[in-house]
Amino acid sequence: MNGNDSLVRFVNIQKSYDGETLVIKNLNLNVETNEFLTILGPSGSGKTTCLLMLAGFEPATHGEIYLKNQPINRVPPHKRGIGMVFQNYALFPHMTVAENLAFPLDVRGMSKSEKTQRVKRALDMVQLGGYGNRQPAQLSGGQQQRVAVARSLIFDPDLVLMDEPLGALDKNLREQMQYEIKSIHQNLGITVVYVTHDQSIALTLSDRIAVFDDGIIQQCAAPDVLYEQPDNAFVANFIGENNQLFGTVVEDIGDTVKVDVNDGHIVEAKKVKVEGIGSRSTLSLRPERVIVDPEPHSLPNVFLAKTKQLIYLGDHIRTRFSICGTDDFIVKIPNSAVHAAISEGDEVNIGWKAEDCRALDVWPCPTSHL
Amino acid sequence: MRRRGWFSDRPRVLPSPLIENFLTMPASPAKPGGPLLTADGMPLKTSLERSLKLSKIRALGLIFPPLLFLVILFVIPIGSLLTRSVDDGLSNKVLPKTLAAFERWDKTSEPDESMFEAVYLDMQAADTLDLSKLGTRMNYEKSGWRSLVKITMRGLNRIDGPPYKPAMLQLNKRWGDIEFWQSLGAMKDPVTLGYYLKAVDLKYDGNKNIMRVKKHNRIYQMLWWRTFLVSIIVTVGCLILAYPVAHLLANLPLRLSNLLMICVLMPFWTSLLVRIVSWMVMLQQNGVVNDSLVSLGMLHDENRLSMMYNFTGTVIVMTQILLPFMILPIYSVMKTIPPSYMKAAQNLGATPALAFIKVYMPQTIPGVGAGCILVFIVAIGYYITPELVGGKDGRLIGNLIAHHMQNSLNWGLASAMGAILLIAILTLYWVYDKLVGVDNMKMG
Ligand SMILES: Nc1ncnc2c1ncn2[C@@H]1O[C@H](COP(=O)(O)OP(=O)(O)O)[C@@H](O)[C@H]1O
Ligand SMILES: [Mg+2]
Repeated sequence: MNGNDSLVRFVNIQKSYDGETLVIKNLNLNVETNEFLTILGPSGSGKTTCLLMLAGFEPATHGEIYLKNQPINRVPPHKRGIGMVFQNYALFPHMTVAENLAFPLDVRGMSKSEKTQRVKRALDMVQLGGYGNRQPAQLSGGQQQRVAVARSLIFDPDLVLMDEPLGALDKNLREQMQYEIKSIHQNLGITVVYVTHDQSIALTLSDRIAVFDDGIIQQCAAPDVLYEQPDNAFVANFIGENNQLFGTVVEDIGDTVKVDVNDGHIVEAKKVKVEGIGSRSTLSLRPERVIVDPEPHSLPNVFLAKTKQLIYLGDHIRTRFSICGTDDFIVKIPNSAVHAAISEGDEVNIGWKAEDCRALDVWPCPTSHL
Repeated sequence: MRRRGWFSDRPRVLPSPLIENFLTMPASPAKPGGPLLTADGMPLKTSLERSLKLSKIRALGLIFPPLLFLVILFVIPIGSLLTRSVDDGLSNKVLPKTLAAFERWDKTSEPDESMFEAVYLDMQAADTLDLSKLGTRMNYEKSGWRSLVKITMRGLNRIDGPPYKPAMLQLNKRWGDIEFWQSLGAMKDPVTLGYYLKAVDLKYDGNKNIMRVKKHNRIYQMLWWRTFLVSIIVTVGCLILAYPVAHLLANLPLRLSNLLMICVLMPFWTSLLVRIVSWMVMLQQNGVVNDSLVSLGMLHDENRLSMMYNFTGTVIVMTQILLPFMILPIYSVMKTIPPSYMKAAQNLGATPALAFIKVYMPQTIPGVGAGCILVFIVAIGYYITPELVGGKDGRLIGNLIAHHMQNSLNWGLASAMGAILLIAILTLYWVYDKLVGVDNMKMG
């Protein structure tokens, strides 16, 4: 592992709270300078634990964390100089907004004039110029959120951690705030490690996303890679919408494999993570990559499907087909003149390219986390 | 190293309720063109009131029993306490003519026949019970009155007609002492502050001027100070002991904290007397503490500490007994403080100690305030412990109140002292409200 110019390195980290189960099984992760890295995973997967270890509030049971190439396992939290936005903001309720912002500066013994100046700048940055004298309880959720972000940045940390900071906001505010966080990240050139279970936030904000489940990183990659080329069935399922077909590998042809989907249909798919002939595999296919009524013989996979349900969504029609033994095959048909209208009960041909359909491992219980 | 600026800007106390109310007060909408009407043309206000009326009546019905309870057990006793502490109507009832004659008198010359006649007629007409009560009352103003009244009562039927002056002087020569006559001035009004004055070692002279009582009779002021001092020491002692315990209670794992909670509550389940007696066993001259110290060689046998039947004993035992009243409110506030504040403070660069002082402690103020007020209020009126372990210099004002209720039967004075306690407590409450805000107080 040559992550020597990485800002943060988790090396072989394991963590257990009770000495019986491992919450983090084996974590190896590098965070590059100026990067916006998101740890994405279902709730209870150990994301917060990762952040707490990095911030110094939980000791790692095994392994070492490096910050700027210095091992920090024994550095107490207040000496790490890492900013953090807590899940419920943790704004000190007995101090005004300005006093909250000045707290890290006070602690560092900063002069009064510099303090005032920085507080003012920080308030302006989050567009709360006139709110310095308010109590946190007098602010709305979004405003508190901004104060929390400003407070975590005011002492110029290189690294800022954010633990589901938008979780408590309603949808509109969440979207607005995520753009603000993004622009702050770009303007200040800081490194952010962001934790969320919300994939749309992760996709919007991140340079890279580490998909976390079951105590290990399932895949760590840029958002588009994650979406287009999931490494395994969990990632395919967790990120974006996804049709799944289950079957047995019957033929291995170099880049692709042929998979027998339960009822005898043979599907040709890109070989990504399969064990070999005879093993079980999950085929993953994005709904927008399915072509309805394709030219004959233009595609390796064409099957007759029965239309079960149509949902009109304006720009596209979400159609549910019964095909290859599943009733839950979703296709997004663009609402354009090119496509002939189909109605419920119609039987139509649908097909897809081999490279759009990824043959992945079998994920133990595909629905337990959804 | 203590850096500059840490303590310079103390966290301010929570916002005053006034400001909060102001900020949350809804702006009343402008009303163009008269009141709003409902669909059937009735003014909106009337309609609203009508719709709320039934629920208001129901609510009143619900609060009626507790209200009655409050009136019977709280308002009436306190009212009667306050009345009793200023009531001086007995003298006006029993000695109307005497007091009228007293008004006409110049207060310095020898009392003349008309005044003796008035006394004779009043005493002749008076109920004997009232008269002996009055004798006790008059004795507060000048000692000697009680026996004078008694003697006169007994000799009254031996006097047969005027002139009364020589006859009464013959009954007892104190009737010729002008000081007795002058002391009537202190009780001529039906309402008096005399008991309150007495409770702080002051009194009225014959012209209702306030003056201090004689030096060797002064006891109350000293007792008030001692009571105040004991209450302060006990409150501070409880705070110092309770804070760490409450913190442990709030932060230990559930199983351990339950166990600790039982230990804290145990005293509540034990009889007060048992607890006090066990302290006696601990603290007396040949008690556990002294014996241990002597056998450990830390103390000479001849100078054993005296920790019982004095001030020290009162303070030690009261602190232990009142400790739960401090622990519980502080604990209940600490329980609600999420650990993330301490984490956030450390994350922002504060050492754990500084985070505790600047972030955690200010948030416990509501509990600390409630606990201190509770302990102080209970301590200032405490009486059983000082009675049993206080000895002579550990007695508090509460013991004097009990004494006047039970032994000397000077209910007026007892009431006045009770009222002063009540006023002290209300003042304290008011000061607390100004400083911290009662809204922020959390009793548990
Ligand atoms: N302080 C703790 N003590 C014991 N178990 C904990 C503690 N904190 C978290 N856990 C357990 O560790 C697992 C991961 O928790 P967490 O890191 O908070 O997950 P996430 O943030 O992804 O939702 C959960 O199963 C949780 O029950
Ligand atoms: Mg979490």
